[in-house]
Amino acid sequence: MALFARTPRAPLEYSRTLWMRLWVGAVMVFLYAPLVVLMIFSFNDSKRNVVWRGFTTKYYEKALGNDQLVEALLNSLTIAALATIVSLALGAVAAVMLWRFRFPLKGAVDGTISLPIIVPEICMGVAFLMFFAAVDWPTDLVWPFNLGAITIAHITFCFPFVTMVVRSRLASFNREQEEAAKDLGASEWQVFRDVLIPHIRPALVAGALLSFTLSLDDFVITYFTSGPDTITFPVKVYSMVRFSVTPEVNAASTLLIILTVALTFIALKLQGVKAIAETH
Amino acid sequence: MAEQDWKTNRRVFAAVSLPTLFWIIVFFVVPMAIVWLYSFGENRGLTDIAISGTLDNYKRATEWLYVTIFGKSFAVAALVTLICLIVGFPVAMAITFASEKWRPWLLLGIMLPFWTNLLVRTYALMILLGSQGYANKGLGALWGGASWAKTLVGLEPLPTWEPVQLLFNNFAVVLGLVYVHLPFMVLPLYAALDRLDRSLIEASLDLGAGHFRTIMRIVVPLAAPGIVAGVMITLIPALGAYLTPDLMGGTDSQMIANVIERQFKKANDWPFGAALSFLLIYAMFILIALQSMRRKVPEVH
Repeated sequence: MALFARTPRAPLEYSRTLWMRLWVGAVMVFLYAPLVVLMIFSFNDSKRNVVWRGFTTKYYEKALGNDQLVEALLNSLTIAALATIVSLALGAVAAVMLWRFRFPLKGAVDGTISLPIIVPEICMGVAFLMFFAAVDWPTDLVWPFNLGAITIAHITFCFPFVTMVVRSRLASFNREQEEAAKDLGASEWQVFRDVLIPHIRPALVAGALLSFTLSLDDFVITYFTSGPDTITFPVKVYSMVRFSVTPEVNAASTLLIILTVALTFIALKLQGVKAIAETH
Repeated sequence: MAEQDWKTNRRVFAAVSLPTLFWIIVFFVVPMAIVWLYSFGENRGLTDIAISGTLDNYKRATEWLYVTIFGKSFAVAALVTLICLIVGFPVAMAITFASEKWRPWLLLGIMLPFWTNLLVRTYALMILLGSQGYANKGLGALWGGASWAKTLVGLEPLPTWEPVQLLFNNFAVVLGLVYVHLPFMVLPLYAALDRLDRSLIEASLDLGAGHFRTIMRIVVPLAAPGIVAGVMITLIPALGAYLTPDLMGGTDSQMIANVIERQFKKANDWPFGAALSFLLIYAMFILIALQSMRRKVPEVH
């Protein structure tokens, strides 16, 4: 796309007008400049994020040598993986329930399942803090069982998103396919496994990606459910930002950004850029 | 084949409904109910809370201090939503009318920050806005340029540039929230604009309306559901925002979520925190009810 159009602009080609391009360009700079600056400064040989003093990777060594930070990252990835698996199963099953059956109080059940999407994070965090205190949830278990409370909280706010994505995909399912499979002798389980699952596969991939990033991203709810021994990456970075700004945070953040970009590109390879765009 | 009655296939219904219902009740409804019950309780000691059915916590929430914080949170969230709408609408238009080749990449450009860690993004913005950061340097350079231009036409130069405080104030909170929530606004707007019947825009242009008039009279009314969705998706998390006001705000820029957090950490007043949480949830319900009312009105006519 040349900046100055060679062919005359059609009336609806708004994105080819100059001011529109400047606007989009400015928004992209606004969105990306802070991240790019952060990534550049993670290689800066200075204690402060101010002046460029030469290239170094020592803060990466420091970040990777920081046992607490590495442990926090490992915790975060474990929680995200567990929460994604359970959310996928739970979310898919809930979507099938709401799509296939008519039952008493369906409206109430449907509303309650989508509530965790709407309720503010802070209120969910408070609710889990009180809940785990009220049931005396054990806090001194060995890894990975000590991550149970956080994982449960994450599943609760992730699986409604999976349900939402899977349900909109199920709307395009032709129920005659199911009947045909049954006429040909398939059991309920076989229909589910061989007919329904392949149909909702794109939604499952999108839901898994969404759950994983939501879980990895979450700070507020985790902040209220984590104990002193169960620090996740965002909670650790928060305390580093809050109490002592070190370039290690830049390095650790850059690693996380790279992880996000890598995940996005894996999703792109699996789904194509259009399909990913359409899930939002 | 429409929806099946649950009685016709109890075994399958049990298999899909029991795990879902178990989870949503035990790990969502029960925790929420505990918060609700505690909001009618009072502190009887350091860790001892009695649920006595008192309304004192709600009464305390109507004190001027808390009313102003609620009001301020609403004002900040509304301002953030408005800025996101003004900034995001042209972007959504540009994506909608971009060529086939470019559209997915523009969308990806908006979505990638959406997937990046919120804390990392907030921290990145803080680096840029710091008193020695690039935002300040940029403003300083502009100031220097203006000063030079003034001397060029024979006027007194401007006084030397003093770095301005861009962080730890209300401005930083609004900017930070806009930064974080902009993708939330653009994506639903794009979804609505993409469904638009383009021949209507062409008709409007053919009949002599200008581009601006066409956008205001044709595009905006037709995209109204998407605009409302974008507004809600931005407004609700902005209202409950904790991280941005906490990290980027000053002492006077606390929002309601920060006050709630303090009741559970420093102030250790769980019943009052529970009452504030539920007031925030009620506020969300009111917003959503208003939205669904708005949606139903045109159908009446």
